[in-house]
Amino acid sequence: MKVREVLGRGDYALISGLIPEGARVLDLGCGDGALLAWLRENKRVEGRGIELKPELAQRAASRGVPVYHGDLESSLGEYPDQAFDYVILSQTLQELRRPLDVLEQMLRIGRHAIVAFPNFGHWRVRWSHLWSGRAPKTRLFPHDWHSSPNIHFLTVLDFEETVAGRGWKVERRLFLSGHSQIRFAPNWRAEIAVYLIRR
Amino acid sequence: MITETQFAHFDSLELDCGETLTGLQVAYETYGQLNAEKTNAVLILHAFTGDAHAAGIDHNGKPGWWDNMIGPGKAFDTNRYFVICSNVLGGCRGTTGPSSIDPRTGRRYGLRFPVITIGDMVRLQKKLIDHLGIPKLLAVAGGSMGGMQALEWAVSYPDAVEACIPIAATARHSAQQIAFNETGRQAIMMDPDFNHGDYSDDRPPARGLAVARMIGHITYMSDESMREKFGRRLRNREAFSFGFDIDFEVESYLRYRGQQFVGRFDANSYLYITKAMDYFDLTLGYPSLAASLERAKARFLVISFTSDWLYPSYQSLEIVNALRSRNHDVTYCELTSNYGHDAFLVDVAEQTEVIRGFLARCLREFREARP
Repeated sequence: MKVREVLGRGDYALISGLIPEGARVLDLGCGDGALLAWLRENKRVEGRGIELKPELAQRAASRGVPVYHGDLESSLGEYPDQAFDYVILSQTLQELRRPLDVLEQMLRIGRHAIVAFPNFGHWRVRWSHLWSGRAPKTRLFPHDWHSSPNIHFLTVLDFEETVAGRGWKVERRLFLSGHSQIRFAPNWRAEIAVYLIRR
Repeated sequence: MITETQFAHFDSLELDCGETLTGLQVAYETYGQLNAEKTNAVLILHAFTGDAHAAGIDHNGKPGWWDNMIGPGKAFDTNRYFVICSNVLGGCRGTTGPSSIDPRTGRRYGLRFPVITIGDMVRLQKKLIDHLGIPKLLAVAGGSMGGMQALEWAVSYPDAVEACIPIAATARHSAQQIAFNETGRQAIMMDPDFNHGDYSDDRPPARGLAVARMIGHITYMSDESMREKFGRRLRNREAFSFGFDIDFEVESYLRYRGQQFVGRFDANSYLYITKAMDYFDLTLGYPSLAASLERAKARFLVISFTSDWLYPSYQSLEIVNALRSRNHDVTYCELTSNYGHDAFLVDVAEQTEVIRGFLARCLREFREARP
């Protein structure tokens, strides 16, 4: 079973490729638990999730996913050190109030962190901003300035710099444009960046 | 489904207070079939004034107190699970309690009944489960005081519980919860008919018991559900009475509920069971709640409700966070409901989905883990 066909999200396909059989995984902002359910079925992963939206947390629980219904920014402190092999944060980093605190916590409670985020450096974003003179709007950033959930805009270069500055190690970096993986000029061309990092 | 209450008998039970009860009876009901490998048994634990009749219709045509949750195709699907529910120790619905006859004197226990705890209730339930020949329960589940018993089960009998579902519950009563219980107890004990617990069937401390129940009902609802249900509507009148008859709909409802309760519940049971709830503290004897829950091996599903101010979500979160701090397998959902503490009994659509998925996984993993 192809993960993309089941889950319909390119970043999920890349993320699941990074996780080995039987790993202990925490998915931050796990939504309806689709990724964790897939990982459990196909990779015998022992998964946990955190989800803020009540209806999504309930759907995850209804699938039998051990979900914690609450705010991930205030709830990671409860987990013991190195409780998980992998802690996933998929397309949520840009919505967090204190993204660095969350990354720190992820690397405390997990041996590895997997972070996927939309790249604000993509050429369409730059073009939209330059050409319209307004807050950029693209298929990845479709919101008006006042209704966007995104409050921290970052690019591939920004993330690389943050990781290096903190002394963390990048183990893998994967870039997506549409459904295809790309290798060259990711800060211009990648819509989604997926990083596997550790302390 | 017509259900039949059954009875089991046990010689003795040692209590936390140091005394030993002898000649005990337990009233229980079962629904569904125990499978050959005995992996599908679910013990349902009732709340304060509940009883063994949790599901189906009894001979008087009365549906069980959780009939919307237990039955074919429901959350506790009796096509898949073998569901058991028993009346608690100290109760008045068939299990030994203060209204039972003391075998030593041939008279009712009354206040000579020893003070019991949630732990004692659970120890008696364990005897029942052993009697039914079930080595390990798939799940223990209950709301309110039922949730406290579920927690006690998980900690006291870690090898006999695969999954634990405390709903709208707490690991220990707060000052506010104790305060409401004490107010109810005082209403009963101050009733002139209370007579130190030695009242007769035809003259129970009805006024005190009714007032206690009225207070209870207020705490089970929410401000919003009371506004919706009663508002300021007057009862069978166009204008105020300018007296102390029933003016408002809500007064009529509470009085009716209070009086109705007197017919089905024993005042001494009220005292003993509320005291057991107040004494309950899962952290007793441990440095922390996390250390206590560390004994548990069960998977947990903890549920709370947004409008429940009697057992607020923070109390469920205390349990959940203690479990998370030990990286325990725990699912937590705060369900949205206007029904207050009563939500676990009446607002069951979302609760059903969450429990159904959780139980299905636990059954699968329980079977896979068997040798």
